[in-house]
Amino acid sequence: MVRVEFLGPIEKKPLELDISNLNELAEILQKDKEMQVWLENSAVAVNDTLVSSRDVALKEGDRVVLLPPVCGG
Amino acid sequence: MLYLYDGSLDVPTILKEWYEQEADSNYGAYIPFVGTVRSEDNIEGLSFDIYEPILRSWFEAWQQRIRAKGAVIKMAHSRGDVMLHESSYIAAVFSPKRRVALEFIDEFVEDFKASAPIWKYDLKNGKRIYALDRSTAIKGSGLLS
Repeated sequence: MVRVEFLGPIEKKPLELDISNLNELAEILQKDKEMQVWLENSAVAVNDTLVSSRDVALKEGDRVVLLPPVCGG
Repeated sequence: MLYLYDGSLDVPTILKEWYEQEADSNYGAYIPFVGTVRSEDNIEGLSFDIYEPILRSWFEAWQQRIRAKGAVIKMAHSRGDVMLHESSYIAAVFSPKRRVALEFIDEFVEDFKASAPIWKYDLKNGKRIYALDRSTAIKGSGLLS
């Protein structure tokens, strides 16, 4: 299973999904209406490294996090 | 070094500690930036969430870049609530000569605003309201849309 976590203001509980890449994750999350806006403005990290392409293979135990717009300071 | 604190920052103590840490390091310049919570839009204060693993790797990359120029970067940030006129953020660069520190502090703070995984909320009427309109999408956002 791959654990998916939603950071900061995204009020959604973590998911445990049987997926093997980010395209499958996108398909699942796009069906969730409350996630539509967050998908447009959130960055994605796999095992705490930001990724810039969906061509990332996921394996058992991987962690994906979604990072919405930031404002430190 | 990166320092995270629960609640507001004790500015005089932190600036003094950093000064003392580098007092004998032969740096000619110490340039701090102190961010203070201002009164605007009837807020009572601000509140912050931090995602530490990516904040630490982002900071480490900056640290290496700044070290390569013979300088040092230090940063402190708050978690949780910080009330009006208190500080939530301090960054400082020490460098042999002033120009390196002046340029790095500007570039570092701008990149911090755009990239550091920290989320800001206004505290209003006892509620915590995400400051979406003042936030910046991290580079590469929208990958799953």
